[in-house]
Amino acid sequence: MYTQALDIHPQLAAPLIATEDAHKQTHFEETINREGKIEPRDWMPAYYRKTLVRQISQHAHSEIVGMLPEGNWISRAPSLKRKAILIAKVQDEGGHGLYLYSAAETLGTSRDQMLEALHTGRAKYSSIFNYPTLTWADVGVIGWLVDGAAIMNQIPLCRCSYGPYARAMVRICKEESFHQRQGFESLMVMMQGTPEQQAMVQDAVNRWWWKCLAMFGPPDSDSPNSEQSKRWGIKRISNDDLRQSFIDATVPQAKVMGVSLPDPDLKWNEERQHHDYGAIDWDEFWDTVNGKGPCNKERLATRVKAWEDGAWVREAALAFANKQHVRQTKEAA
Amino acid sequence: MSANAATEWPLWEVFVRSKQGLEHRHCGSLHASDASHAMQMARDVYTRRQEGVSLWVVASAQIHASEPHDKAALFEPASDKIFRHPSFYDIPGDVGHM
Amino acid sequence: MGAPQLPLVLHLADNALVLGQRNAEWCGHAPVLEEDIALANHSLDLIGQARMLYQHAAQLMGEGHTEDSLAYFRDAPAFRNFTLLELPHHGPLAAGGGSDRDFATTLVRNFLYAAWALGMWTRLSQGKDPQLAAIAAKAIKETRYHWQHSSDWVIRLGDGTSESQRRAQAAVDHLMPYTQEFWAPLAHEEAALLMGVSLQDVQFQNEWNLLIDAVLAQASLARPADGGFLSSGNHGIHSEHMTYLLGEMQSLARAHPHAVW
Repeated sequence: MYTQALDIHPQLAAPLIATEDAHKQTHFEETINREGKIEPRDWMPAYYRKTLVRQISQHAHSEIVGMLPEGNWISRAPSLKRKAILIAKVQDEGGHGLYLYSAAETLGTSRDQMLEALHTGRAKYSSIFNYPTLTWADVGVIGWLVDGAAIMNQIPLCRCSYGPYARAMVRICKEESFHQRQGFESLMVMMQGTPEQQAMVQDAVNRWWWKCLAMFGPPDSDSPNSEQSKRWGIKRISNDDLRQSFIDATVPQAKVMGVSLPDPDLKWNEERQHHDYGAIDWDEFWDTVNGKGPCNKERLATRVKAWEDGAWVREAALAFANKQHVRQTKEAA
Repeated sequence: MSANAATEWPLWEVFVRSKQGLEHRHCGSLHASDASHAMQMARDVYTRRQEGVSLWVVASAQIHASEPHDKAALFEPASDKIFRHPSFYDIPGDVGHM
Repeated sequence: MGAPQLPLVLHLADNALVLGQRNAEWCGHAPVLEEDIALANHSLDLIGQARMLYQHAAQLMGEGHTEDSLAYFRDAPAFRNFTLLELPHHGPLAAGGGSDRDFATTLVRNFLYAAWALGMWTRLSQGKDPQLAAIAAKAIKETRYHWQHSSDWVIRLGDGTSESQRRAQAAVDHLMPYTQEFWAPLAHEEAALLMGVSLQDVQFQNEWNLLIDAVLAQASLARPADGGFLSSGNHGIHSEHMTYLLGEMQSLARAHPHAVW
C-alpha cells in the first residue's frame, strides 16, 4: 500500500561529519551516485537512517491499519469467492506490513518501538485509511483506486537506494498486482449487474475519488525539500507527476467500467497530452492527516486494543519458550 | 505498553529455497517465541504462494556478518588469484566445451 | 433425492464455512501480526474446503443450486455444522459482550476440531465417493497444519503464564462439552455409512481422545468430565449464536437476491 510523502527539514539535512567519517561519507555518496545499494552494515548519514526508519515504518503502519477498512467486509462478502479473495488480500496486507517492519528493523529500530510510536500517535500512516467503507462497492474501489495509486508510488521504490527496503518493495509489488485487478474485476461485474449494484459502485467512486488523488500528497510547490529524498533514491518521482500518471491511467479504466469520475473539470488537454483536473480540497486532507477524519480515533483504538488485549498471549509464548529452554539446558547437563 | 526488549519476541531471519531453487535465499525476518513457532510463521508469511520449499529460520542474534570495512581484507585477495577463474585458461577450440 | 451422501457433504461444508467465518473475525485484531496472517491462512483453507464441498453438494442437488445459494440462502435449521464451531470467541461468563475475542477460546476450539477433522478426512479419503476422497486428500494436508498450529498454541498457553493457563483452562471447560456432539447419534451417519465410513464409531472416538489427552497433558490442562448439555447443531438445532452469525454473513447477498458478484 502507500505511504504519504515526507517533509524533509532543510536544517537537518546538512551533515556535520568528522574527518574520519569523511571516507565513509564518500563511499556512501559514490554508492548513491552509481545507483548501488546501501546495506544494513554500511555507514550512512544519521539523517538518511532516520528518514528511512520513519518512511519504512509509516509504510508498514499503513499496511496494518489498511487491513481494517477492508477487513470490515469479510464477514459479509456476498459470495464465497469474494470472501476468499478478500481474506487473501487482507492477509497480503498484513504480510506486506511484516516485510516492511522487517526492513525497518535492519536500521536499528525494533518492532515494539515502531508499534509504540504508532499507538501513541507519534507515527503516522496513510490517511486514506481514516475513511469508512460504507458499502461492499467500497472494497472494490479501494482495490481499483487506492491500490492503483499505491502501485504508482511503489514501483519506483523498488529502485530505492536502501537494499532491504528495495527488496521488500519488489516482493510487495509482485503480490500487489492481484489486488488492483481483483478490485477492478469485482466492480466490472457489479457495473454489469443490477441497477442497485451500479448505483452502489457509482456512489463509492464519488466518495473515494478525491481522497485517492490527495493520497499522493500536496503539490511539489509545497514541499521544496524532496530534493534530498530524490538524491538518496528514497523518493524518485514528484507528487504531482505521480498524481498526473494515476489520473491519466484511470480515466480510460473508468470509461471501460462505465462509471463517471466526480470532477467536472476533468478533461483531456491536447497540448499537455495529459488530463486537466479540478482543485483538491487540501484543508480536508490536512484535517484528516491531523486527526480530525471520520475514522482516525477508531482505527487507532482498534490497533491499540488488539495490542493490549494480546499482551497476555505474547507473554505466555515467551514464558513457555523460556521454560523449554531451561528444560533443554537441564537435560543436556 | 512500553517497548521493552525483555517482553518482545525474538527476531528470526528466514531463508527459503524454492522448488526450482538451488540455494536458500534470505527473504526477510519475523518475530516468534521459539524456533518451531518461527518455522510455522515463516511458512505462513514467506511461502504461502509457493509449493515444495525448504525453510531455514535462524535467530538474528546468531548471525555473524562481515563488516563493510573488512571488505578489502576478506575479499580483495581473491582478485589477484585470477588463476581460480575458468576464463584464465585458454582451451583450444577443438577440445570442445569445458 | 438420489444423492445419499448429501447430508454428509452439507455437514462437512457447513462445518468448514462456519469455522472459517469465525476464524476470519480475527483479521486485524490478533495479538501479533504473524498470528493475523496465520489465522487468515487457516480461515482461507476452511473457506476453500467449504467451496469445494458446497460445489459438490450443488452438483448432487441440481435444480440450479450453487455454492452461494447453499451458503447464503439457507436458514439456520438447514445448516448441519457442529454447534461448537458457531460459538463466539469467548465463554458465556466473559465480560464485554459478543464482540470480544479471547485467543484461548479460538485456539482451543481450532485444536478440538482439527483433531476430529484429521480422523474424518483420513476416513473419507478411503470412502466410496471419489469427489469427497479427492477433497479429503487435499484437505488433510491443510488440517495437519491446523492441528500443529493450534495444538502448539494450546501447549504454549497451558504451560505459559498463570494468566494464560487460567484462560486456556476456562476455554477447555467451556468448549469440551460441545465435543460430545461428535460422538452422539449423527444426522449424517447413515449417509456416511453408505459411503463406506463411520463417523461416530468408538475407534474414531478413541483416536481423538488419544490426540486430545496427550496435548492437554503437555499443556497441564485438566479435562472436564463428560455430561451436561448435549448440543445438536448437526441435526439443525443450533445455539442462539447461529442466527446472528448467519444474519451477518448472509445480509448483503440476501439484500440483492438476484445479483451476481
